[in-house]
Amino acid sequence: MSANLAANTEPALISATNLTCIREERLLFDQLPIEINAGDIVQIEGPNGSGKTSLLRILAGLSQPYEGEVRYKDQLITQSREEFHQNLLYLGHLPGVKGEMTAQENLHFNLTLHGLKINSAEIENTLSLVNLTGFEDSLASHLSAGQHRRISLARLYKSTADIWILDEPFTAIDKQGVKSLEQLFKAHIKQGGCVILTTHQDLLTFSPSQVKKITLDYLID
Amino acid sequence: MSVANLSYRAAFSLVLKRDLTIAMRHKDDIINPLLFFVIVVTLFPLGIGPEAQTLSRIAPGIIWVAALLSTLLSLDRLFKSDHSDGSLEQMLLSPQPVFILVLAKILAHWIITGLPLILIAPLLAVLLHLNEQSYSALILTLLLGTPVLSLLGAIGVALTVGIKKGGVLLSLLVLPLYIPVLIFATSAIDTAALGLPYSGQLAIIAALFFGSLTLAPFAVGAALKVSTN
Repeated sequence: MSANLAANTEPALISATNLTCIREERLLFDQLPIEINAGDIVQIEGPNGSGKTSLLRILAGLSQPYEGEVRYKDQLITQSREEFHQNLLYLGHLPGVKGEMTAQENLHFNLTLHGLKINSAEIENTLSLVNLTGFEDSLASHLSAGQHRRISLARLYKSTADIWILDEPFTAIDKQGVKSLEQLFKAHIKQGGCVILTTHQDLLTFSPSQVKKITLDYLID
Repeated sequence: MSVANLSYRAAFSLVLKRDLTIAMRHKDDIINPLLFFVIVVTLFPLGIGPEAQTLSRIAPGIIWVAALLSTLLSLDRLFKSDHSDGSLEQMLLSPQPVFILVLAKILAHWIITGLPLILIAPLLAVLLHLNEQSYSALILTLLLGTPVLSLLGAIGVALTVGIKKGGVLLSLLVLPLYIPVLIFATSAIDTAALGLPYSGQLAIIAALFFGSLTLAPFAVGAALKVSTN
């Protein structure tokens, strides 16, 4: 299905109305409307503390907004939780990698938990895609921060979810890694998925018109 | 690779296996609470004196209070590390019911902390001159009671997991909930020492067990959602 067709015939993958978020008695954003369709790549911009992570967590259903609601295909995400989470891949700024488990075990657990069946050869193959060949059996506690992030990003290569919500995915990733991630995003939106991410870097291989931007600057009047 | 909705049983055993693997590689989790339990119990004869009569009178209380405190000591690990490295978020965002994941984590916690305690309790009972007739009551109350401690404790941990120094709050929240188990368990052991039937007390502990088994995971799930908000 092509991205444009999907946008015309199907309800928005994620839509939100009147999103308001208050943290520590500060208004982060007010009455924010959001509509994200299949084939969109959305970059959320704003200075530190402007509420980028809060917005992503609200969209993923981890936090409740002060006001407003988030819908997945026109259904409230609180009502269609399992369906929504089946179709969602959220990577927060914590990698969710256990130091006591090997890279392979971590990836296997995370993929299986999200409903993917995968054998060990495929896991090794996926780890090699994120340059972790030779580290499959190392305990994650012996690996670096960037390698932790790579273990969690490896899930993207096997994900069947349409909605990717990524909080600073490029942190601790080297230039080559950023490039291949951007390629992955391109392939994903071509297949009718959507990517919502925060990053302070510009996406290099995307033309500015391709990237939808949501700017959070409520604090700076 | 294929997409398949994980059956509840598969999701349960996946999380259980993971938590047990982590515990086996991080043996402090198993050894510390057990060591605490043994040390507390062995300190009592030293402090009170070796008279068999006094010791056997207070043995049920000592063993149960020590079990309670050692469980409390180990509760923190239930969700804390998962919360701080982000894996808790991932579990809450998985398409599996939170109930199943939470139940698996609690079972893993009981296997890691409750089970070793039950295995070593008879040895400590000998040390305290526990009445011979009370051994079966001791084991039965521990078997039914320690899972209740893990289940109820999980609610407290889930509520305090987002707080930086929630240790004191956790004890304040959880210890009052433990009191019924303590009362009925020690009462059962005392009754057994007199040679009387103690099935009434056991039935009440069993009721506490089944009640918390069915209800606690829901409470934990809700509390975790609040804590990660």
